[in-house]
Amino acid sequence: MALKGNLRDFTITQLLNLVNLAKKTGTLEIQGSGGSATVIFREGKLAYAQFANEDASLSSILHRNKKITRSQFQLLTNRAQNMTDKELGLLLINAGYVSQEDILTSLQSYFINVVQRLFTWVEGFFQFEQNMTLPEDKIAVKVDLENLIIEGARQMREWELLQDEIPSLEMALKFTDRPETNLRNVNLSVEEWRVVSFVNPKNTINQIAKATNLSDMEIRKVVYGLLQAGLVEIIRPGGTPVRITNQMFPTPNRDEQKNLLTRLVDRIRAL
Amino acid sequence: MQTVKIVVTGPFSAGKTEFIRTVSEIDVVSTERKITAEAEKVKQTTTVAMDFGRITVDDDLVLYLFGTPGQKRFDFMWEILSEGMLGFIVVVDSNRPETFREARSILQTFKAYAPTPYVVAANKQDSPDAWDIEDMRVALRLDSHVKILPCVALEKEKVKTVLLELLFTIQSEMESGKA
Repeated sequence: MALKGNLRDFTITQLLNLVNLAKKTGTLEIQGSGGSATVIFREGKLAYAQFANEDASLSSILHRNKKITRSQFQLLTNRAQNMTDKELGLLLINAGYVSQEDILTSLQSYFINVVQRLFTWVEGFFQFEQNMTLPEDKIAVKVDLENLIIEGARQMREWELLQDEIPSLEMALKFTDRPETNLRNVNLSVEEWRVVSFVNPKNTINQIAKATNLSDMEIRKVVYGLLQAGLVEIIRPGGTPVRITNQMFPTPNRDEQKNLLTRLVDRIRAL
Repeated sequence: MQTVKIVVTGPFSAGKTEFIRTVSEIDVVSTERKITAEAEKVKQTTTVAMDFGRITVDDDLVLYLFGTPGQKRFDFMWEILSEGMLGFIVVVDSNRPETFREARSILQTFKAYAPTPYVVAANKQDSPDAWDIEDMRVALRLDSHVKILPCVALEKEKVKTVLLELLFTIQSEMESGKA
């Protein structure tokens, strides 16, 4: 029977812990707002990982790790489409372009990176199928999960802190009124600049996250940084800090509402 | 009989229950339990669902004061208590900066629930270790237009001032036509 559930109730860190302790072999499929991912384990160790919307072919991974040049990558993409990763790997080793060490290190690094990015997924459906293993044409690695689990636990604590600081993504952002701050002099990352470009009382943090393709955790991290630096503040969408609505009063009549407030003030003064 | 509601919220042990107790004409109906966790042993009991106080304005109008539980595990009550409120007061312990982050979180949560006016009561200002009001404004990341008021929850005049300032804020918003 498949182990399945929602990341909201059972986190990636907890899943890794389960796989590690029980020395499980199988495939974990995850569907989240950021897309879908596949992580494969063999006897409690990480063997393979991939995001569905990313090119996880051997040539692409080697190129990202700068083990092959751009022109070599393009050549392989055009000429070696029908080759499996294993066949391609052997070819590259025999031709002297890369070593076995290069291949394994690059794959390991990429798979670990996939899992690290999954730590930012706090919502999503997962299913673990026991004994479903890697297709024959893919190259497996063997990565111990302990360090990843520790890192995941660290990220969970960070997530709780970020949720405390920014409990709702349905609020909006506006730049603070600090005349001495010139954004040009502030060193922001590419991600932070992208978020800054969407800062507007009309845009909720959630909308900014979708526009910049950031997960819940990632957008909170960026916004937290901007908040701490005093560059932005959290406001209600539309920019209106407060609104007087009829729901606040037992009567919809505006004059009666004003009268009610006057009576309240007089009574409190008389206490 | 018409009723209006003000919610008194804030971090654990900020002084919410005392705040209501000081002005309520009835004994505060307080759903309390003894504290069990060692980490929370700054006081003996804690509010588990809500505090409830009352001020009768006249024959036709009653003001209810609802205090939210401060412990995070009871935060599911906040949204329920915030429905139909006239405004809310965030009570913060001026001596415990370790609670300011929680206060910010509560503030953001309540602002997301409803766009109603609010003020912040910097409680326990009679203590020598109390933070300065303007330092608390920065620590709580309060906008310049948000009122933060010195308060001692056991002193009636101080509590009255906080309530009055909330009412003045509501009146001012109505006068400026933000409806």
